[in-house]
Amino acid sequence: MAEQKVLAANGNTMVAEAYRQAEPDVVAAYPITPQTAIVEQFDKYVAEGLVHTEFVPVESEHSSMSACIGASTTGARVATATASQGLALMYEELHIAAGMRCPIVMANANRAISAPINIHGDHSDVMGARDAGWIIFFAETAQEAYDNTLVSFRVAEDKDVQLPVMTTMDGFITSHAMERCELMDDATVADFLGTRTAREPMVGGDHPVSQGMFASVGGAYFNLKQGESLAIDSVKPTIQRIGEEWAKICGRPFSLVDAFECEDADYIIVILGSSAGNARAVARELREQGVKAGVLRLKLYRPFPAAEVREGLKNAKAIAIMDRSDSFGAQYAPLGEDVRCALYPMDGHIPTRDYIYGLGGADVTLDLMRQVYSELQELAAGKLDQGKHYLGTNKAQ
Amino acid sequence: MANIKEYSEIPERLCGGHRLCGGCGASVAVRQVMMGAGKDTEVVAGCATGCLEVSTTALPYSSWNCSFIHNAFENVAATISGVESAVKGLKRAGKLARDKQVKFVAFAGDGGTYDIGFQSLSGALERGHDFVFVCYDNGAYMNTGIQRSGATPHYAWATTSETGKAIPGKLQQRKDLTSIVAAHRIPYAAQASIGDWKDLVSKAEKAFAVEGPAFLNVLAPCPRGWRYDGSQTIAISKLAFQTKFWPLFEIDHGKWSMKEVREAKVQPVEEFLEAQGRYKHLFKPTKRQDLIDQIQQEVDAYYDYIKKMCDTFGE
Repeated sequence: MAEQKVLAANGNTMVAEAYRQAEPDVVAAYPITPQTAIVEQFDKYVAEGLVHTEFVPVESEHSSMSACIGASTTGARVATATASQGLALMYEELHIAAGMRCPIVMANANRAISAPINIHGDHSDVMGARDAGWIIFFAETAQEAYDNTLVSFRVAEDKDVQLPVMTTMDGFITSHAMERCELMDDATVADFLGTRTAREPMVGGDHPVSQGMFASVGGAYFNLKQGESLAIDSVKPTIQRIGEEWAKICGRPFSLVDAFECEDADYIIVILGSSAGNARAVARELREQGVKAGVLRLKLYRPFPAAEVREGLKNAKAIAIMDRSDSFGAQYAPLGEDVRCALYPMDGHIPTRDYIYGLGGADVTLDLMRQVYSELQELAAGKLDQGKHYLGTNKAQ
Repeated sequence: MANIKEYSEIPERLCGGHRLCGGCGASVAVRQVMMGAGKDTEVVAGCATGCLEVSTTALPYSSWNCSFIHNAFENVAATISGVESAVKGLKRAGKLARDKQVKFVAFAGDGGTYDIGFQSLSGALERGHDFVFVCYDNGAYMNTGIQRSGATPHYAWATTSETGKAIPGKLQQRKDLTSIVAAHRIPYAAQASIGDWKDLVSKAEKAFAVEGPAFLNVLAPCPRGWRYDGSQTIAISKLAFQTKFWPLFEIDHGKWSMKEVREAKVQPVEEFLEAQGRYKHLFKPTKRQDLIDQIQQEVDAYYDYIKKMCDTFGE
């Protein structure tokens, strides 16, 4: 096994380290809490001459993604980072990055969306970008943010993928909390990542290339969009292969979903990101009391790992889908709708209850997780409804 | 500066067969600007959403005989700054030969420059990227159907600065964008016109030659939006200069200079207005001499302002 350095670090540091090791040709970025430390730290690496990267300190997130797209079309390796309003400001550019098949890697420190303004962690920002054509990872820990970031460069730039990847972690909880982390040596990472080989680089090729063309006539748009859809729908095996390759090098397991004690679980919480730890802690506690509890955490969110979700949930008696975002006016929050859609083709019906929790960084305590598992037992017994519920608010429901 | 024969031997970077209107000033502007890039230079062109973009890149055909990128409406400056930065990064990484010469140029209409593209432009200028930004200024959002922009002149008609019994066209003056760009203290900024190719090509040559950002604001009349016959595009461009409506000036490393209109040749701005249907409400049903006089005063004042800048900050 390769040599790894053990250090105390937060998620932002680990992403900055991953960027240093991936050494993009261009990083164009703009500061926004709680991501700023990534680009600050990376810029220090640039200033020290530790990387060859051209750092572009743009005047907005719209311009950061615009510059990343321009850079990516040349065949360069490109990365950036953002959060919250910054991700929202990039909205149109997210679609363009995917539509132009730009393998950009972007870290997002997940944060609430205004109004009212709130700088703390939830998934409202990422969920607004979930249909833009990006591959999306959710990290639970700083270590995983690092691993996901390295895997993302390989996935994005793979010749069969050529899509942008968003590597997300929960704002403050993961971006700022110190953890025990392991950092791979630079040479091993460089060897794992290799360099990007672009199909049709706009600069340095033997012929001119036109990018971002006008596809309003002749059905070209529809066909290209179908191609984009096929591309993201078919990346799971590639992610699995590259993830396993990295797992072999670093010794940490890789899977698209992290199924904790789901095989024989009666009551399962489905969740994304940092709160999975609390869910597992309570599941362990309940197992000691003889309650068969499990946790299904999705590491990959787009493309949605529907088969893996079905497999993880097939033996449950009741399911709680926990959303750290809302979808106003919709029947359920985003993960709630995704999981219910994944379950629909299954034989039989598993009672499912949706919990919206932790918006704007509201605490997700062990007691709240105990409440969820307790309600799942009532749900399985037919004593509770299957609707959408807010966990931990003081308003009557 | 080379002679016209030598310029004619530079391969076209924007080829014929595109779908711009007959008499469109934009394609003339692009071809004249591209002559300034020289014969053997590799050029990457960026283009904001607009007439030029939709008419030259209808998939699967591209009229561009150089690498080309369109991203969106408001961000051609940021986009080309990304391309330029990538070339720097790739060279530093040894992935591209260090002596490889590539020039970068961004084209946008006045909407994509004065209005929605302004922040992106200002940011890219301030960051000092080595690129030429060209605004083909036709004074309105022509691609969406002649809506007013920050470049639309005073009292001109547009579909969102309508004329009627209550309102005589656009109630505001146009922005002096070239001066605003010059205030970024970039190496080179100039105002030019497709009606004076020698002046424009020579300015384009300077713009491509400097290290760092350069800006060209090129008057590029639009027969559809200005309401005149497409055969008159160059004549109207010349009239814009002779009436002092469109002064030709440059700020080269902080030094202002202009091509003055010879006093004997100066024509009243009324000549320029009357040639265009977008000003017909100033002439019919009753002549609005008061508004024409006001436009004349404003045109003279702007011309004198540029002249004073040249006197004060010239050689």
